[in-house]
Amino acid sequence: MEEEATKYIWEGAIPLQIKLHESEITSFPPPPPLMILGLRIGYLPLLVPPLKAHFSSTLPPGTDNVWFDYKGLPLKWYIPTGVLFDLLCAEPERPWNLTVHFRGSPGDVLTPCEGEESVKWSYINSLKEAAYVINGNCKNVMNMSQADQYDLWQSLLKGNMEGYLKISSRLKLGPFGEDSLPSEASETVASSRPSRIPVRLYVRSVGEEIVDIEDAPIIDSWDKISYINRPFEIYKEEGGYVSLKQALKSLLPETFNTNSSQEESGTNVKDPNAPDFEDDNAKLRLVRVQGIEPDMDIPFFWLANCLRNPEFYLHICVFISKQPKLR
Amino acid sequence: MRGVCTRSGSLSAADFYASAIYFSQRWNETNSDFPNWVWIPCSRLGAISEDEGYLVLEKVKLQTERNDSNLEELNNCDSSANDELTDEATLVDVHSHYAHLYDLHIAYSFTYKVPVLYFRGYKSDGCHLSLDEIKEELPSHSVEILQKSKWTFMTQEEHPYLNTPWYTLHPCGTGDWMKLLLSSTSYGENISLIQYLPAWLSVIGQTVGLRVPLELYSRS
Repeated sequence: MEEEATKYIWEGAIPLQIKLHESEITSFPPPPPLMILGLRIGYLPLLVPPLKAHFSSTLPPGTDNVWFDYKGLPLKWYIPTGVLFDLLCAEPERPWNLTVHFRGSPGDVLTPCEGEESVKWSYINSLKEAAYVINGNCKNVMNMSQADQYDLWQSLLKGNMEGYLKISSRLKLGPFGEDSLPSEASETVASSRPSRIPVRLYVRSVGEEIVDIEDAPIIDSWDKISYINRPFEIYKEEGGYVSLKQALKSLLPETFNTNSSQEESGTNVKDPNAPDFEDDNAKLRLVRVQGIEPDMDIPFFWLANCLRNPEFYLHICVFISKQPKLR
Repeated sequence: MRGVCTRSGSLSAADFYASAIYFSQRWNETNSDFPNWVWIPCSRLGAISEDEGYLVLEKVKLQTERNDSNLEELNNCDSSANDELTDEATLVDVHSHYAHLYDLHIAYSFTYKVPVLYFRGYKSDGCHLSLDEIKEELPSHSVEILQKSKWTFMTQEEHPYLNTPWYTLHPCGTGDWMKLLLSSTSYGENISLIQYLPAWLSVIGQTVGLRVPLELYSRS
């Protein structure tokens, strides 16, 4: 089952229609937009070679400094394409219309991207971080040979799942949450070390008055999105299973609970059949992972194992509404 | 889970908050030359966090090669002219004209469970300094540390709370060297985690030329 899920993720792609920003068109008639598939698990800057080939004859002179925008919002290039799509298009747009720029990247808003090398560095860094979350150290990633690092990256670039899995399985970073032996990470209190899952949450707030999420207004600034890069932690003794809903509530404590009586471990394991708390500050409107809206009662560990990205992070897009306060 | 994690070199988010408040209070009390550190609570989707946030020290002059050598140059010029004609006010003006200012932020990494330094530098006209320009003016021993250490390196990343690019010292090695630091006898066995930040800053500060006054390390 999990193998099928992995295949689904690797094959997932967003149909993109990418036009060149009008300020950079020097020819008439203007070039048509490029229709191209963006891998869900890929990154927009990796599309530059075909884009450059398509638009080069019309570009003004100068050095390339590529960036993308969606309806005016500069896109963060280190977020996987699928996540950007799930987050920014409340109503999935097919094809997804983006604008590419080859000049003038807004350096005050976007960290600079110098092409494939930057993306690779960011990717390996995320993999290291995930390894640290899971094992308590990044030795296995740091000790990868140059050849393995190269092959791993090339496999991701080309969407070569088998090639990727051959190398990544040696890193021993999964599956999450098994009752496995403690890793050889540390000689200290290993028995009470929690299980940690690398999670990246992207949260949008949508007005209560918006009945249909698909009518949510376009995002015009990243300040409207909360990005939470925080591992999900659970101590094995707490038993039972944790649902997706419970996991989200523990990762967003102030958003959902008026009382902050939660344990540092971050979980608040209650009866999954209990009704919603009436004192919750916010309501979950929509949750998207890899383009899917999972059932809120799904076991979180199972979801993480099936739908995580190749760098072992589970990216979750969450749309919430603030509850009107009833007094 | 609160408690002493000195054996691992890391600390919980709650302990980071406590140490940050303690550190900023001590700094503000003892260090009148520098601006104050301010705790900025994290504000997320309209809810202000009680204990999540970051420390901010803004528009500060660091102890850089540049600032030191400028001072030296000025001193040398004066000694060749008539000392009695030296105008104190002019000295200060020329000095501050060349000075670069820095913003320093300290945030908590939930992944690595350690503090992380984020910083930006500005020229006198407000333009941001590039990483190369910053490296040029770091103290030479700091550049050495950065080049040779497998534990510390500078990158440009997005600030965890501000949606803008900042320079940062990567935290993946922090736990390891903090473990060594905290277990060394000069700190004693029972160091309270309240002291974590001053200890951490005593090392990190060196890589960016931030002078940390000794009074901060005394236990009051």
